[in-house]
Amino acid sequence: MKRRDFLKAAAITGLATTFKFTEGMDLMAQKTGKIAKTNLKGGGTDLVAVMGGEPAQMFQKAIAELGGMGKFVKKGQTVCIKPNIGWDKTPELASNTNPDLIAEIVRQCFSVGASEVVVFDNSCDDWRKAYKNSGIEAAATGAGAKMMPAKEISYYRDINLPRGVKLKSAKVHQAILDSDVWINVPVLKNHEGALMTISMKNHMGIVWDRGFFHRNDLQQCIADICTLDKPAALHVVDAYRVMKTNGPRGRSTSDVANSKALFVSSDIVAVDTAATKFFGQLVNMPLESVKHIALAQDLNLGTMDLSKLKVKKINL
Amino acid sequence: MILKRVRLVLGVISLLILTFLFVDFAGLLPAQKVPLADIQFVPALLALSFGTVTALLLLTLLFGRIYCSVLCPMGLFQDLTARFALLFKKKKKHKYTFSPEKRWLRYGTLAAVVGTYFAGWSVLLSLLEPYSAFGRMVTHLLRPFYMVGNNLLAGVFNHFGNYSFYHTEVYLLASSSLVVSLLTFVFIGYLAWRYGRTFCNTLCPVGTVLGLVSRFSMFRFKVNDETCNQCGVCARSCKASCIDSKHETVDGSRCVACFNCTTVCTKKAIRYEFSWKKSAPVAVVSQDDSVASRRRFLTTIGVTLLAASSQAWAKGMHLATNKPWVRKSPLSPPGSISAEHLSAHCTACHLCVAQCPSKILKPSFLEYGVEGMMQPVMDFSHGFCNYDCTLCTEVCPNGALKKLTVDQKHATQMGYVTFVKTNCVVFTNETFCGACSEHCPTQAVSMVPYKGDLTIPYLNTAICVGCGGCEYVCPAKPAKAIYVEGNPVHRKAEQFVDTNKKEVKVESFGF
Repeated sequence: MKRRDFLKAAAITGLATTFKFTEGMDLMAQKTGKIAKTNLKGGGTDLVAVMGGEPAQMFQKAIAELGGMGKFVKKGQTVCIKPNIGWDKTPELASNTNPDLIAEIVRQCFSVGASEVVVFDNSCDDWRKAYKNSGIEAAATGAGAKMMPAKEISYYRDINLPRGVKLKSAKVHQAILDSDVWINVPVLKNHEGALMTISMKNHMGIVWDRGFFHRNDLQQCIADICTLDKPAALHVVDAYRVMKTNGPRGRSTSDVANSKALFVSSDIVAVDTAATKFFGQLVNMPLESVKHIALAQDLNLGTMDLSKLKVKKINL
Repeated sequence: MILKRVRLVLGVISLLILTFLFVDFAGLLPAQKVPLADIQFVPALLALSFGTVTALLLLTLLFGRIYCSVLCPMGLFQDLTARFALLFKKKKKHKYTFSPEKRWLRYGTLAAVVGTYFAGWSVLLSLLEPYSAFGRMVTHLLRPFYMVGNNLLAGVFNHFGNYSFYHTEVYLLASSSLVVSLLTFVFIGYLAWRYGRTFCNTLCPVGTVLGLVSRFSMFRFKVNDETCNQCGVCARSCKASCIDSKHETVDGSRCVACFNCTTVCTKKAIRYEFSWKKSAPVAVVSQDDSVASRRRFLTTIGVTLLAASSQAWAKGMHLATNKPWVRKSPLSPPGSISAEHLSAHCTACHLCVAQCPSKILKPSFLEYGVEGMMQPVMDFSHGFCNYDCTLCTEVCPNGALKKLTVDQKHATQMGYVTFVKTNCVVFTNETFCGACSEHCPTQAVSMVPYKGDLTIPYLNTAICVGCGGCEYVCPAKPAKAIYVEGNPVHRKAEQFVDTNKKEVKVESFGF
């Protein structure tokens, strides 16, 4: 690299990192969100639930049922995939999203012409170990995606959340803000604090300051962050292995049920409702106790009434 | 001369590797696989690696203070500084002069170091032990720049969609250790700039000990009476200031085997040769400027203590609205067995501090008392101890942190969890939280029913390992609601009992 190029790049980077996100740009971002939503209201399926297969296979069935990945990712678009990579744990302990599922989603994105796919999470454990031992780094990069770091504040930018009740603004990872489309891929787990961690709780990994959530009514803040102007195009809930106790970290495989299921929807409230009901068969978990789901419905983020939706159930 | 080239190449390699170990926050070079730290004299001695110590003493007995010229990073740092000084000095080649041995300062310092160490004060040893002092200099003075440089590169690379570099948080590890490192750097750097290896030959306890052996070493530098014309070029090139060209003697106890003299002597009158044929008398010297040197040394200590105590005072003042707590015992790192064991073996090189991937090891201030100053203590303000990580115990060259397997670590309780209910957000705000339990690897902190659907932390200290996940993540401000109290002597952690062993079958979707 020539000195001039280096200086230019350094200057651009400096500018980029000090750049303030403005209201005007929020509006621009909102567009993609709206497009993603209207995509689905085309009379097709709203929610797909699959059971009994392998992670990649179940996703193939589900996405086909929703009209194919091409409906969500257009040729040349950049995609961000946000799994749960919270912990330095191996896949069989079910603390993190299944790596095979992530690899399949990455492949599907590229197959419909995505120009770039990045994967990240703001891990709880040492992120380098979590990326590695979760198997997600190898799976994602193997499929052609890039793993992006997230454990430093400069990767985050301020966004406003005008619809939020307690959480009015947050620092959100640039991969979410800069990508054309993002896909939320949580793993279904019990959570000793928030009771459940699914699609909505997975949003805590796109923000920098989680402590604020915990200090200021966790359940409300979880619902609030989901009001961001750029919602995920898809929520893919990995329930291949489900952590039923001692979540979200878990201690051993005795916390894990091999339930082999997958839930996919663009309606975050519906998919979390469906996943919680499914989870309720393993451990008693009344839907109303998982307060953030109802709070999100109050914010018009989706519906808990699955009977209103076109739900497709597939048993493999 | 070939020997000088060899020493130069080996020295540069040692210096580069050892420096890199202390700046390498990303773990690119696994320190446990590069045993350069483990063969440092004092660490090996404290780790009771008698093999290594014997080998080093034998090396010295055979070839002189090769250790000082090839292995000791502080020695190499001084050579580098002296080399750099050349660029700014006139009369480039003629720079050093012979100075008599400051015997009282040398042995007095060694006696003070040994004496205070056995009295339970390892701090003086830590201050003067060359490898550790070097480690601190790199950790506190160079590492931040390395990290900033990394961040700049990461900025550029990330901008172009390449994430092989990543941003890392740069912060002050401990101001007291920073001050000490800075003073060490200025003090030893100044001596090296002006006088070459003065530190090695007047203050360094390792230099003094090895000097006791090297004056009798098998191979030594000797001046040939017949060929020498007393031109003095050797003495002027000697950074150890140990060649008295007038009397044609070389002080073997202070010679660091740099091979400068043999390279510059045009008459080949000074040679590195087998010397066990006849006994060589050692030059007896006076001590004229020892007073000045001692004054500098005492000033350094004085300033350090002053700076340190001002820090202590500042630390005592902090305001809190919720109930503050004070840790009664410091949290000594994994494998340290007890604060006492740590204190007796650690020389505060800060390799563990530099390498800890979770950023939890920090140089202590007065947590272990003045006598244990700068030794590593666990601090959960930037992270918590990874349940399955044993890196610090693997890299410690001193045996201050004994190697632990992952299973041994899981069965060790470094400290135990303590809950201050009145600070907890579940109690004060009546909202959900559970961040502590979320991070707990053993569920020593679990959430139990509180009011309505709310859950509140419940402790089972017997299975707590003291990793600090709960303390790190607790959102309560300014004082946390949960913290880890240190075990002065590490205890055995009970193993948790698995719950819900039975496999539940799901046949339907449930909706």
